[in-house]
Amino acid sequence: MKIAVERAYGEVVEGEAVVSEEGFSPRYDLDRWTGTITKPGHRLEGTSLKDKICFFPTAKGGIAAGWAFHDIKWKKLAPKAFVFGVTNPVMVQGAVFAGITITEGWTPHPRDVVRTGDWVRVDPARKLVEVLGRQE
Amino acid sequence: MQLSAEERAILAGERGEAPRRALEYQAKVGEFWGAQRFVPVTNVHMMGDIEVMGDGGLAWLKDYAALGGRCAVGTTTNARCFDFAHCDKLGQDAGEAVKERELIACLRRMDVVTTDTCINYQTVYQPHLGEHVAWGDTGTVIYANSVFGARSNFESGPAALAAAITGRTPEYGFHLDAHRRGSFTVELQASLEDLADWGVVGKLVGEAHQSYFSVPVFHGHRRSPRADELKHLGAALASYGSMGMFHFVGVTPEAPTLEAALGGRKPAERIVITDADIERAYAGYGLGGGDARLVVFSGPQQSLFEMKQLAGLFDGRKVKPGARCFVTTNGAVLAQSRALGYVAALETAGVTILEGVCFYILQNLSPMRAANGWSNLVSNSAKIVNIIGAHRFNTILRRTKDCVDIACTGILR
Repeated sequence: MKIAVERAYGEVVEGEAVVSEEGFSPRYDLDRWTGTITKPGHRLEGTSLKDKICFFPTAKGGIAAGWAFHDIKWKKLAPKAFVFGVTNPVMVQGAVFAGITITEGWTPHPRDVVRTGDWVRVDPARKLVEVLGRQE
Repeated sequence: MQLSAEERAILAGERGEAPRRALEYQAKVGEFWGAQRFVPVTNVHMMGDIEVMGDGGLAWLKDYAALGGRCAVGTTTNARCFDFAHCDKLGQDAGEAVKERELIACLRRMDVVTTDTCINYQTVYQPHLGEHVAWGDTGTVIYANSVFGARSNFESGPAALAAAITGRTPEYGFHLDAHRRGSFTVELQASLEDLADWGVVGKLVGEAHQSYFSVPVFHGHRRSPRADELKHLGAALASYGSMGMFHFVGVTPEAPTLEAALGGRKPAERIVITDADIERAYAGYGLGGGDARLVVFSGPQQSLFEMKQLAGLFDGRKVKPGARCFVTTNGAVLAQSRALGYVAALETAGVTILEGVCFYILQNLSPMRAANGWSNLVSNSAKIVNIIGAHRFNTILRRTKDCVDIACTGILR
């Protein structure tokens, strides 16, 4: 089970998938002191992103990601990778600055391939996301 | 990326370690987006405050400032998380305030002009058509691209600081003609009498098109919009839709006609916004338990004319005992507002005016919410009611006059 991505930066990482049907902003949605999505009503409300491979369809907002990704990396609360359907420059600037793997564009759509809890690998050089293990 | 001789010299360290690191970082970002080259920028606007940077960001900044780099172009700062005159009264952390002062000192050492404003486009620097700049926050970028016809991507704090040090930015996104064409149209049939109405337009259009590269083309409005109206429209589009540009036919410089704004393409979609759509949006906000003890005019900071309007609406009235009303603006607007009597009118009414901050980025906001028992936040800013969610407020958008009434009566409708 593989997903081809269009653009990618960072190191090869493996981790547990969190698949969101809602977009993401570290300013609007994330409690940067716990690493948990806290925005009321967000479809991932209550979910920790620490060490996860996070699949988000879109990026929301916001300039804050530039520093915020570095901040959560410093606090050891950062995800291992962001896999975006569509992202914006700030997410990329922030991920590169913090040394977090990031990709944009996907074929096929992750909803058809990956479930939250699956073990996945992101390989930026090969522009590839692979599902290595299924959540039972 | 194709590099000039100067850029090769920078990367070789011949201009110092600070520019070398900055350009190396910018090149990685540029390569992600397929940038072919760098373009010179004439102005930079950056976000940098302790709330968003944290201890890790401050440590990084101290190390970086110690390299001795200086801004190559005029560089200003966005709103920050402390108004030092109010931090005790707001219950903010004294230790964090000390860090904020250290952070400001680092920026000034690098020749950053700490204006602490998110309305630089109204008060500090107005780029011209085609001028390349490197700005953040998002409201400043969408205003620069759309209203001035200048060219900027969303530049986060580290990216903007890098642009300040190198005097350039990777050429991708809105620096390129290809991304500046309109992609869909929005006919404005609604009356749009209040600033909040313009924010609702941004919410409706942005929520339905969450893409940085979606460029709406507005048309059909019956009168010429004011700068503050375009500010609230742009801030909401950027907030709800992560959008970096819009056109407004007959108003913005790259949209003399609908056809020109679309760059010869057919719109992917045609939207119409009516008064009923606007009213439906207001009706969609849940009132929770009816808590009406927090009303905020912020996000973006208030312009002089917004301060004048608020002073008029609050004249002779009082914020209801037990409620709080906050207004945020920058130092320049505050000084003029004081001279013109607007500050006296607002403060007599019991309004708290904060300088150089935006409400949603105030340090310690979540504990502040809990300590005051606030559950609802009422504002005329569509941006702030969207952006403040992580602090667990139930947010309610209302028109400006209604917000003033709510602050003074404690009755939430």
